[in-house]
Amino acid sequence: MANSWRHERWDSLRLLTPNWQTDLPGYAYAGPDPDGYLTAVEVADLIAGYAAASAAPVRTGTAVTSLRRTEDGYAVVTTAGEFRCRTVVLASGACNLPSVPDWQAAVPAKVDQLTPFDYRAPDQLADGGVLVVGASATGVQLADEIRRSGRPVVLSVGEHVRLPRLYRGRDVLWWMAASGVWDQRFDELDDLDRARRLPSPQLAGTPERRTLDLNALVADGVELVGRWAALRDGRALFSGGLRNVFSLADLKMRRLLSTFDEWAERTGAAADAPDPYAPTGVPESARLQLDLGSGEIRTIVWATGYRPDYAWLDVPVLDGRGRLRHEGGVVDSAASPGLYALGLPVLRRRKSTFLYGIEDDAREIVGHLAGHLAGHVAGW
Amino acid sequence: MTEVSTSSGTAENGVNVQALLDAREALKSAPEAAQFTWRASSKWQNGVHSTTRVQNFYGLGQEQSHKTETVFDADHPAVFAAEDNGITPIEYLLVGLASCLTAGVASVAQNRGIQLRSVESTVEGQHDIRGILGDPDVRNGYNDIKVTFTIDADATPEEIEALVAQSQKRSAVFDALTNPTNVTVEVA
Ligand SMILES: Cc1cc2nc3c(=O)[nH]c(=O)nc-3n(C[C@H](O)[C@H](O)[C@H](O)COP(=O)(O)OP(=O)(O)OC[C@H]3O[C@@H](n4cnc5c(N)ncnc54)[C@H](O)[C@@H]3O)c2cc1C
Repeated sequence: MANSWRHERWDSLRLLTPNWQTDLPGYAYAGPDPDGYLTAVEVADLIAGYAAASAAPVRTGTAVTSLRRTEDGYAVVTTAGEFRCRTVVLASGACNLPSVPDWQAAVPAKVDQLTPFDYRAPDQLADGGVLVVGASATGVQLADEIRRSGRPVVLSVGEHVRLPRLYRGRDVLWWMAASGVWDQRFDELDDLDRARRLPSPQLAGTPERRTLDLNALVADGVELVGRWAALRDGRALFSGGLRNVFSLADLKMRRLLSTFDEWAERTGAAADAPDPYAPTGVPESARLQLDLGSGEIRTIVWATGYRPDYAWLDVPVLDGRGRLRHEGGVVDSAASPGLYALGLPVLRRRKSTFLYGIEDDAREIVGHLAGHLAGHVAGW
Repeated sequence: MTEVSTSSGTAENGVNVQALLDAREALKSAPEAAQFTWRASSKWQNGVHSTTRVQNFYGLGQEQSHKTETVFDADHPAVFAAEDNGITPIEYLLVGLASCLTAGVASVAQNRGIQLRSVESTVEGQHDIRGILGDPDVRNGYNDIKVTFTIDADATPEEIEALVAQSQKRSAVFDALTNPTNVTVEVA
């Protein structure tokens, strides 16, 4: 139960979504700190509590090893026997495997490599320099805590989403929820593909509600380099385009914050005065390469994202890039009637991958599923 | 996080954005057609003067050709004791970068419905020539390149900044200069 939160997260991880937002259907956070952020263990306990309260028939410790079509539905082969069913909802998560570049295999052997699945805490790392690759939620959080352990940290930064933790006295995720950003529907977005590929925001849930952007990391002593573009002769080669990824992120953040201002103005919502923020500081000269054989870097932490694991899916529903073909969670219906998905990026709304965001999607998906069972040919 | 509308409004910058968007759609189902080969052929003249010709390329699954052949002379200036029959090779990189970013600004502006009145830029590349003269501690290429745009358009300063940022994001030459590329040089 809550396997991903018990076994696939590092020790210090807290949700980046605040407690008031962490509500499962009919099972809202009722603790003393609505503005705080749950630890991974607390999330696991929350989910276990929800399972008990809803009395859902959960079969724990049971992995699905194959899913295939039958005459009138699906055969689900598991480590505890085979099931037959007419419909299936894939809720196996968007983050089952780390997504790591191919050249990982060519990194010199004396450099340790970890993904967020192996990483637990800084004291597990060799003394010495750490190269954290990727500056989205996972990367900034790990770079921060590893730097605080006293190790030199180099952070390789590609395109990213910059956000302040608080804006005008409220959690930035409050603004996004209140102004309707999270509820934007997949079929209303101009560039759905892009929205689905958007990296997670540079946010951390800390008791101090601290902003963890690149400026904060640089102030802690983290060194920034560009996107890791290639590995050649044992040297990591970084993009020289760092300044532009900063501009893009600053511009997008400024645009987003001004939509909050406009929304507050329009609705008369009470809020503090707009906060000033500094543009992302461009390093005097960012290094373009790093010799991985020199001993400077003892560990590489790949915070380059996650991907789903569909190895067990024996139904032809993946596209050329291994992504599930689906329309708002209805999986490619010609090839697989009655097959659904939940919990993928912008499945039906921007909030689709958040714990609290799945509820609305689930209701609609279940509606479609019920129609399918009743023999209706439903569209959206 | 917020997407910019792709409706082109009434702006007319002379870029056929619809054709580009259509091409992007079409290439989704035919990625082979997206494989292009750009070519140039060069011939030594005398001294450090060479002439490079460009006309044919390959793309969309077949041989293609520019309307006319373009001939580029490259040489070194008199301060390098050369005859200065053309610009230096490394200056061609600046030509490529400026023209690529400018094309990007025009395309993005068209896509975002922004009318341009003028787009000008200057490009400066900082180059320590001790590298090419054999100093092992100095790199051969540019240390730093700076592009400065002056843009007059029906847009806020912030929208103009976003145009320039997006043009870098989509620029082939910006990418080629900021990221390493495998280069094979061999003798036929
Ligand atoms: C590092 C990290 C931080 C995050 N932080 C937040 C946050 O702050 N707030 C937030 O709202 N969301 C956060 N998320 C997103 C979070 O994953 C989702 O909110 C939530 O966990 C999604 O639930 P899920 O059930 O869809 O997927 P998961 O939690 O991934 O659960 C999927 C389950 O399916 C199981 N499974 C997979 N394949 C099989 C199989 N073949 N057979 C049987 N079982 C299988 C897995 O073991 C797992 O238990 C974070 C994600 C990550 C990776």
